Amino acid sequence: MKIEGIGQAGSLESNDLMIMVDLNQKENLIIEIESIVKEKFGEQIEAVIKETLTENGVGNGYIKVVDKGALDFAIRARLKTAIKRAEGRQ
Amino acid sequence: MSEMIKNALGREIPKYIEGIGELKAFQGAFVYTPEERKAAPRISKATPDMNKIVENIRRSLELCGIKDGMTLSFHHHFRNGDYLVNMVIHEVAKMGIKDITIAASSLQSVHEPLIEHIENGVVTGIETSGLRGKLGEAITRDGILKKPIIIRSHGGRPRAIEAGEVKIDIAFIAAPAADHYGNVNGVEGPTACGSMGYAMVDAEYANKVVVVTDYMVPYPASPISIPQTLVDYVVKVDKIGDPKGIVSGATRVTKNPLELLIAEKAFEAVVASGLVKEGFSFQAGTGGPSLAVAQFLREKMKAEEIKGSFVSGGITGHSVDMLEEGLFKTLLDVQCFDLKAVESIKHNPNHMEMSASFYANPHNKGCVANQLDIMIVSATEVDVDFNVNVITGSNGIIMGASGGHSDTAAGAKLSIVIAPLLRGRLPIVVDEVTTVITPGETIDAVVTERGIAVNPRRKDLEELFKAAGLDIMSIHDLKDVAEKLTGKPQKIQTTDEIVGLVEYRDGTIIDTIRRVK
Repeated sequence: MKIEGIGQAGSLESNDLMIMVDLNQKENLIIEIESIVKEKFGEQIEAVIKETLTENGVGNGYIKVVDKGALDFAIRARLKTAIKRAEGRQ
Repeated sequence: MSEMIKNALGREIPKYIEGIGELKAFQGAFVYTPEERKAAPRISKATPDMNKIVENIRRSLELCGIKDGMTLSFHHHFRNGDYLVNMVIHEVAKMGIKDITIAASSLQSVHEPLIEHIENGVVTGIETSGLRGKLGEAITRDGILKKPIIIRSHGGRPRAIEAGEVKIDIAFIAAPAADHYGNVNGVEGPTACGSMGYAMVDAEYANKVVVVTDYMVPYPASPISIPQTLVDYVVKVDKIGDPKGIVSGATRVTKNPLELLIAEKAFEAVVASGLVKEGFSFQAGTGGPSLAVAQFLREKMKAEEIKGSFVSGGITGHSVDMLEEGLFKTLLDVQCFDLKAVESIKHNPNHMEMSASFYANPHNKGCVANQLDIMIVSATEVDVDFNVNVITGSNGIIMGASGGHSDTAAGAKLSIVIAPLLRGRLPIVVDEVTTVITPGETIDAVVTERGIAVNPRRKDLEELFKAAGLDIMSIHDLKDVAEKLTGKPQKIQTTDEIVGLVEYRDGTIIDTIRRVK
């Protein structure tokens, strides 16, 4: 059986991150962030995630991020891929 | 809370701390001048019939008159293979003793069991060069220690002991080999660690000295690093340490291309300074890129037949190779890092053991650090004023060690910080370091893969680097390049509670460590 509405991208290598997007959550937007640099960049990571979600038309869902110190461009790329996979486009 | 004053770096320092006393604020690397006399231990008497052998650690504690509030000292030559700190404190706890201060030359992650003894009030003070693992976390985040931890450099510790600021009641010496009358060396037995440099000052100034060993040799031990004249008791136990945690098999030069690039740039800077010439002296950390700088130097010295004077500090097999190839006349060794160094100090008379005071104490009549030409140091963070942090991580938690960083930076003619511009997402060049260990006035240049920043105090050096065509940028530009990639880091959330004091090598307070939220 194919699980619909869930996509994952990334890895747990240093400087990368793992993102899981669950679009079955219809009511609201829940973002959970674990990061090795949370004390220094937690707010910025959240801002980039929210911005990327908006750019890709995602308003509701459950987003789980496990970050190993990725830079912003990597966060955007991984999130876009996870969304595509959740939407079944890839 | 006590009244606060700003020190020369603008850091807020309390004037007084309960249980520690009045504090002096840092005023500059060479400003403070001591006026007191040196401390001295009590006079002893040993009659010919006296037997120093004691059956166990507990008995030695009883004979030394252990009581609440005492200070016990330890040394860290066994690094993460040390059993002694835990064994002794465990025994102290079983005896119901409280309020002990541990004055260690350093502590490692193997010392995690101390957490329980701190929580139970057995240990209320810690003075050390560094801390790692869960112990650092428990002290900085949970604030479990009653008094703030005191961080001292390898030169600052012997200074504080000689000045009587650290009054050691009982010094415990983890001895790889000892005879029945207390002579100790570090080169024999299953836990051979080489130099005993950090323990020498403890033995000289403590009121009572207990040698603990798992390897007894016939009298007299030969060589002798810590002599019988300083030792009260000798305890034989089954095991004092794990050889695997003490010395590594071989310290290797990095193959990481980024580290090699940084090392190459640092090497070019060192050469451009003009200091690499007949009779020069050198010290470098043992991290990947530092060792690579030494490797490049070695090739140049061979090719141009340059013979140096000495390599100092913690000694690796790499320094031994340079000694054996005739590239340096001597090694001055306070701590051996690998088996090759241990073998060398045992057999080669030009590989000399030195005490921590001889190495780096700013308040004796001249330490080795003052004779250094070139020093290569690493950094967890360096700021736009060239101040360096090597003690707290990006989350504000104590995870490193002061070591000889500030001592050698102050003493050397050229001290170069080498570091990648980023580690993961963390920029290494920042506006303000989390904790200052080494003041910027003693750092001459910062070398990263993106460029080299020269301290504006060293216009002469900048001219030499320019003439050699090195990529120089301002430290502010380096910081901007880093932040362009990472974004601007948030400030760590801390409370006002002081969980640590960072003492500069001269005994003044250069920074505090606040409890992390």
